[in-house]
Amino acid sequence: MSEATQQLLDNLNALACGLFLLTGFGIVATRQARGCLLLFIVQSLLLAASAALLGMRYGSGHLYGVALVNLVSKPIIVPWLLRRTSPAEVYTRREIDQALNIPVTLTIALALAVFAYFLGVPLANAAGAEFRGPNVPIGIAGLLLGAFTLTVRREALPLLIGILAMENGAFLAGISIARDLDMLIELAIATDGLIIVFIMGVLVRAVQQHVGTTAVGELASLRERGVESSASPEANP
Amino acid sequence: MSVVFILALPVVAALLVLLPLGKRWMSGVTVAACLGNLVVVARLAWSVVGGTPPLRLGEPGWSQWFVADGLSVLILLLIALVATTAAIYSVGYMAHGNLQARKLRLYYANYNFFVFSMLAIPLLAEPTLVWIVVELTTLCSALLVAFENTREALEAAWKYVVLSLMGAGVALLGFLLLFAAMQAGGGGVYTWAGLIVAAPRMPPILLQTAFLLILIGLGTKVGLVPMHTWLPDAHSQAPSPVCALLSGVETTAILYVILRLFPVMQAVPQAHVETWALVLGLLSVGFAAFLLLQVHDYKRLFAFSTVEHMGIILAAIGLGASAADYGAMQQIVNHSVTKSFCFFAAGATLLTVHTRDIAAVRGLIRRSPAAGAALVFGGLAIAGAPPLAVFLSEFAILKAALAQGQYLATALLALFIAIAFFGVMLHVNRIVFGVAEHAGPQDSDSAAQRTGPGLPFSCGLALILAAVPVLVLGVYVPEPLHRLLTMAAAALTR
Repeated sequence: MSEATQQLLDNLNALACGLFLLTGFGIVATRQARGCLLLFIVQSLLLAASAALLGMRYGSGHLYGVALVNLVSKPIIVPWLLRRTSPAEVYTRREIDQALNIPVTLTIALALAVFAYFLGVPLANAAGAEFRGPNVPIGIAGLLLGAFTLTVRREALPLLIGILAMENGAFLAGISIARDLDMLIELAIATDGLIIVFIMGVLVRAVQQHVGTTAVGELASLRERGVESSASPEANP
Repeated sequence: MSVVFILALPVVAALLVLLPLGKRWMSGVTVAACLGNLVVVARLAWSVVGGTPPLRLGEPGWSQWFVADGLSVLILLLIALVATTAAIYSVGYMAHGNLQARKLRLYYANYNFFVFSMLAIPLLAEPTLVWIVVELTTLCSALLVAFENTREALEAAWKYVVLSLMGAGVALLGFLLLFAAMQAGGGGVYTWAGLIVAAPRMPPILLQTAFLLILIGLGTKVGLVPMHTWLPDAHSQAPSPVCALLSGVETTAILYVILRLFPVMQAVPQAHVETWALVLGLLSVGFAAFLLLQVHDYKRLFAFSTVEHMGIILAAIGLGASAADYGAMQQIVNHSVTKSFCFFAAGATLLTVHTRDIAAVRGLIRRSPAAGAALVFGGLAIAGAPPLAVFLSEFAILKAALAQGQYLATALLALFIAIAFFGVMLHVNRIVFGVAEHAGPQDSDSAAQRTGPGLPFSCGLALILAAVPVLVLGVYVPEPLHRLLTMAAAALTR
């Protein structure tokens, strides 16, 4: 492989990673639940693209496998599973009252990305010279943004996508530094993601049936001085 | 071979449960599978104690994916034991509500899958595979936590899933970094044993970051303060036998994964992992001790006590002395057997009074002597009263801490344990012996009338079976168990 091709592949990979970071920001801030899902699908495609490009760059057939697994499981099976398990209402929801307004959310998200850069670069350097791509810092940023999504969103679907986005982030870092991980394990992790979607879809359906909302983040009756004390008159004599 | 058997049995049982052969079939298959597993695990433990481990580790081939040393066999034994008593308890407890067969089938199938995922944690040797089964424990138990489909149960299940998976995401990055560290250090077999060998050659920064990510990520699932917020909810809303599994052994099994990293991290003395463990442990004990004082729900009382005990174990490991390590292993055993008993007792109370509210229950001993006596016994045992199991191990840990010269840690630990003792006994005493000052007109009258035909037989049997180790381990530790504990404690150092 010529020097120029390597350079091109590196640049393309950097582009995929950059776009990956943007989708991470999008998932935090998009109000429309369906928009969140779309952004997640784009993010998974970018992850697959990055894996394929790295596979080409380092001649690793194993990374092609990772790309294929991601290509099949997340953009295709995840939406299908969601449709089968969770109520249709989760798609149409629009979040008016997030925990923080959007400018504040995005500012904090930006700070997280900067933090991830300073955390990720020394780690990538310690792992070896060939890992100095953008994958590790952006992967960590993706992980943190996913976690941040979980703290600010209230609707079921964006919360589920936050969890899957965290996993995507960990993977984006993983395809660069843990290249030789067993294929069996990659497959198992992908299956695990599908089980997450299934179980959470079932839970959301149960919540909608028995509580009548899909804003699961707003359920807050369990605490030390919550419903238990108000339910019984003797609690506070 | 026995390893494959241990993992296959619960899966087969889960599939058999799905056959439409009636309610007795489901509970019968589950109890039989758990009992069978207990026998196989006990034999495995016996051979490990006898010095003939059944697997030659590190050799290429399928056996390199499994581990059966003292530490993992100890955890395995506890899981199999509690799974058996909880299965027996389930028979009567779940028959109580007159559930539909379909709903009950969901319960037993999930129960068996949950047991499978927990048994796989100590058996697997490959860290990323362990991560996957840790995820599976969350996913298999989520529907069990939500089983009652009340608003509170669903909220608890949702919080449990979201926070556990969030932690797992953080831990995944940690495990991938661990793998990268191994590759950077010249490679090797990516197993617990391989990590210990390769640790001195790994870049310290990668190892340190990986450890912290895993400690925070899996610490969420262990219920360490400040990541504990979901634990009292999930561990109180699930059906009581499931609470026994969640609190008694699931937390312990996840803590085991963190413990596996301690010998690896000793290659990097500048990382101060012991200090991290000590601080996080003391924080958990202290926080839980004060929260115990203000609970309103007796199942939450025992859930907070789990946070406290996880803290005690982690703090003991953080002391870094071999005597404290032994005490921590003993505490793991005693906590599991005692906590499962406590939740059985809490379930018996719930069957009698139909409320979880501490303020609504007074004079339980007069309404149901069995439930009342069990609750007092469980409260005393988990709080650490002298002739019972937990006292012995807590005493061993405090003694080791003093011998180590860690006076501040000893004082804090002793203080928090005393506060927790007071908190648990305060509430239990009120429930069991208290006199209702102004009997709530609708509450206690109707509850008294609803008092059913007494405790189901299988619940009583499970309570008696679970009480035996609590009593016995309080007065003496059998020689084989002592050897197993010693081996497990030795696995915590290089």
